[in-house]
Amino acid sequence: MRNDNPILLKKLWIVALGMFGFGFAMVPFYQKICEVTGINSGDTQVLAKNTQVDTSRKITLEFDANVDANLPWKFTPVQRSIEMHPGEMVQVLYEVENKTGHDITGQAIPSYGPQLASQYVKKIECFCFTGQTLKAHEKRQMPVMLVMDPSLPRDVNTVTLSYTFFVKPGSDKAASASAGKVDRRG
Amino acid sequence: MAHDAAHAHDAGDHGGHHGHPTGIMRWLTTTNHKDIGSLYLWFAGIMFLVAGSMALIIRAELFQPGLQVVNPDFFNQMTTLHGLIMVFGVIMPAWAGFANWQIPLMIGAPDMAFPRMNNWGFWVLPVAGALLIISLFMPGGGVAGGWTMYPPLFIQGGISYDMTIFAVHILGASSIMGSINIITTILNMRAPGMTLMKMPLFVWTWLITAYLLIATVPVLAGAVTMLLTDRNFDTHFFNAAGGGDPVMFQHIFWFFGHPEVYILILPAFGVVSQIIPTFARKPLFGYASMVYATASIAILSFIVWAHHMFTVGMPAAAQLFFMYSTMLIAVPTGVKVFNWVATMWKGSMTFETPMLFSVAFVCLFTIGGFSGLVCAMTPVDIQIHDTYYVVAHFHYVLVSGALFAIIAGVYYWLPKWTGHMYDEKLGKWHFWLSTISMNITFFPMHFLGLAGMPRRYADYALQFAEFNAIASVGAFIFGASQLIFLWVILKAIRGGNKATDQVWEGAEGLEWTVPSPAPYHTFETAPVVK
Repeated sequence: MRNDNPILLKKLWIVALGMFGFGFAMVPFYQKICEVTGINSGDTQVLAKNTQVDTSRKITLEFDANVDANLPWKFTPVQRSIEMHPGEMVQVLYEVENKTGHDITGQAIPSYGPQLASQYVKKIECFCFTGQTLKAHEKRQMPVMLVMDPSLPRDVNTVTLSYTFFVKPGSDKAASASAGKVDRRG
Repeated sequence: MAHDAAHAHDAGDHGGHHGHPTGIMRWLTTTNHKDIGSLYLWFAGIMFLVAGSMALIIRAELFQPGLQVVNPDFFNQMTTLHGLIMVFGVIMPAWAGFANWQIPLMIGAPDMAFPRMNNWGFWVLPVAGALLIISLFMPGGGVAGGWTMYPPLFIQGGISYDMTIFAVHILGASSIMGSINIITTILNMRAPGMTLMKMPLFVWTWLITAYLLIATVPVLAGAVTMLLTDRNFDTHFFNAAGGGDPVMFQHIFWFFGHPEVYILILPAFGVVSQIIPTFARKPLFGYASMVYATASIAILSFIVWAHHMFTVGMPAAAQLFFMYSTMLIAVPTGVKVFNWVATMWKGSMTFETPMLFSVAFVCLFTIGGFSGLVCAMTPVDIQIHDTYYVVAHFHYVLVSGALFAIIAGVYYWLPKWTGHMYDEKLGKWHFWLSTISMNITFFPMHFLGLAGMPRRYADYALQFAEFNAIASVGAFIFGASQLIFLWVILKAIRGGNKATDQVWEGAEGLEWTVPSPAPYHTFETAPVVK
């Protein structure tokens, strides 16, 4: 009987050490559970989820980009069109490039087709809110974040969002002045 | 370890004391289960007075609203250390003391399976106790983050927090060594004929408790190790700024913490199941159902932990699961209470002090159990979480539950340990003062909690003044009446009426077949159990 004691002792120590390891194994296990169930992820998109999304219909949103003839820029939407539900928040990108050798400030002006859509497109973030200054030969991607108001009439199923870049009035002088400064120093 | 077993065997064969060290070295080097049992019990007794004094500082401050006695930071150190010491330094060592004294006597074994590990298991305890007490005098003061050691507070404190973590490591190692010893003794060293289902219920409850300890204490060790590395070695287990999660600590802690409360109470169930049949002069009602109820409580204890943290923000499905699984525990616990009452039913009962404490245990533990059911309901718990209702609940199950059973067990076996009957008159004084003052202290806390008084504050709003004053008066009476207990024990050690071998008329079991006081070596030849 006595000889069984050391064997049991070893087994019980193994259990104890195993449970010590189990304590640490709970760390990845816990994180996995939170990841799978989406609890505690700290993701604001999940936490502040928009409950007003109208999933009963889809809108096709098309993107268009134009540049005024006086502005030597290249301006294109990164994606031609997307599909979205009214009420859903989406982000799209436009790409813009200054093809000249000096700094220029431009201003984008939006327009909508059909025209009545303008009051339903709610922009949260847009490069068109302010003037955009591009340095010589600079190329940049710019975001637009928007939500389509769910009260958009049901017969509208395609909306076109179009931007046109113009030279920002009064910015030419400032741009050439600053360029001149750089020149003098050089 | 084979050496340990051989050593015990030699000691058993010779049975003599030749070359045995005397004085302090006798106690430092002892491998005798009775010596070590006494050491555990004295350690628990001293720590009980220390942590009890801390409770009295808390109650003195809360006697009146406003700050009179201590500053809030010291108040928080008192609540933290009171909890830590009472759980790890009083109740757990006291049960380990009972296990050491009684298990070999009750199963007819000559000693514990690993006597030298037994010696180690005890002698690391005073180191841990000293670390906890010395931490109070460190720069920045003692730990003040609550006994549950939640981050982020526990990651931010000073050196005393590291000392506490180290103390918890030591206490955990001691518990694991003790549990391995107890399991091996019970499984391998029973007298011939002592089948598992013939074992006294105290042995059964300790066997299950020891398994709980081995399964959960290492998890606590892991949790505090993570705290330690977060504090000192730049890990971020619980630090949100580094990608960690403080709530995860609560999950790991309570995975240990809930089985821990059954570690504290299951041996109490065992002691009461020994005492009530003795003084009712009837065999225990439903022995087998008691064993199965104990086992099912232990198994269920692993799947209820999150009921301690309903307010952290869990999905409703998880809250429902933990609510129902918690309530399920009331079923086996109810079986136990029913069996104790049925044992007393139509028994020839007498009310000596151990029986009085056991009957009080059955009544008052049940109150604590019912308030636990109230706390188990998620919507109610969200209201009473961290209020004095919870404080009332766990003091009913730990003071009038675990502690009363310890006191009952000491009175019950003291004649066997010392060879003298204790002073029955003083014992009755101790019982009535303790039971009445315990209720004066903790019953009003239910009302305070329902009225919204939060726990762990040094001050409170004026409307709570009356019930707090009542509770403080009760606490000081309770504290003073424990000095009677100390006096009764010292008196029985020094002399008194000679106890018979059987001690109690209705007592049954192997421990009552050896002389009183129990000789230094018992059952060197194994008894045969029919």
